[in-house]
Amino acid sequence: MNAQNFINALPFAKALEMRLDSIGEGRAEISMPWDARFVGDPVTGVIHGGAVSALMDTCGGAAVLSYPGATTTATIDLRIDYMRAASPGARIVARADCYHVTRNVAFVRATAHDGGDTPVAMATGAFTFAAREETA
Amino acid sequence: MTPPEPVQAVKQRRDRALASLVSAVPYAQFLGIYFERHGDELTAILPYDEKLIGNPLLPAIHGGVIASFLEVAAIIELSWTTIWPDLEAGRVTPEDMAQNLPRLPKTIDFTVDFLRSGLPRDGYARARVNRSGRRYASVHVEAWQDNRARLFAQATGHFLMPQPG
Repeated sequence: MNAQNFINALPFAKALEMRLDSIGEGRAEISMPWDARFVGDPVTGVIHGGAVSALMDTCGGAAVLSYPGATTTATIDLRIDYMRAASPGARIVARADCYHVTRNVAFVRATAHDGGDTPVAMATGAFTFAAREETA
Repeated sequence: MTPPEPVQAVKQRRDRALASLVSAVPYAQFLGIYFERHGDELTAILPYDEKLIGNPLLPAIHGGVIASFLEVAAIIELSWTTIWPDLEAGRVTPEDMAQNLPRLPKTIDFTVDFLRSGLPRDGYARARVNRSGRRYASVHVEAWQDNRARLFAQATGHFLMPQPG
């Protein structure tokens, strides 16, 4: 499956106009444009935290699926720290790294940047992991 | 002695205040979230829509939609409980709120527990403000679909309260 098909297969990722920028070996990079519809606080024009969560969750799931041997995954839990408001108008880029995998669980870290010096948000999550049956 | 305010006027005032709070959040509109009110108690409702799907094979609602739904429910509840005393005392009117949008709390962190996959049905959520100080607040949210006792997600978040002035 090519990168854009991955997003197109997920209706909500498509609704948020996400773009898969790179994927492989338990890592993924997915970005999302600023859009007036995704704003959480109309006074500031800052994107809603929930939209950033959706980006982080999608990116984390993609990282797990790209881990060698992975079949399907689901999020068990996801914690997001919102370090600062994302700049209105700026594209948000999430990078996720599946840093440890056991037989059943994948542990993921992710960061979101908007082009500024510091990340706008960081996330840690646990995802279900199911490896392909070995055919030895 | 002034007669008590007619019940319809009380309900209308509360509903208008709630509507101006919710309609001010574009992302809540994008997801189709709306709120039902009984007295001061709010229930957030997420009507099912095809665009909310994350896993087309099951099919299941996207985890990001669930996280977003819970965060919207938490922020609206927190704002609502903050505004309620002023609204009831007449210090703030729905007209004030519509003209001068209330500043919303900022999320510091948000942790979501995905308990079951989100079915292609409507979802409901209720938030409880466990601690609300001048600066920081802690809010817990529970969400369910068909059965109130079988939660499909819960979350805890910490928020920075808007400062007066």
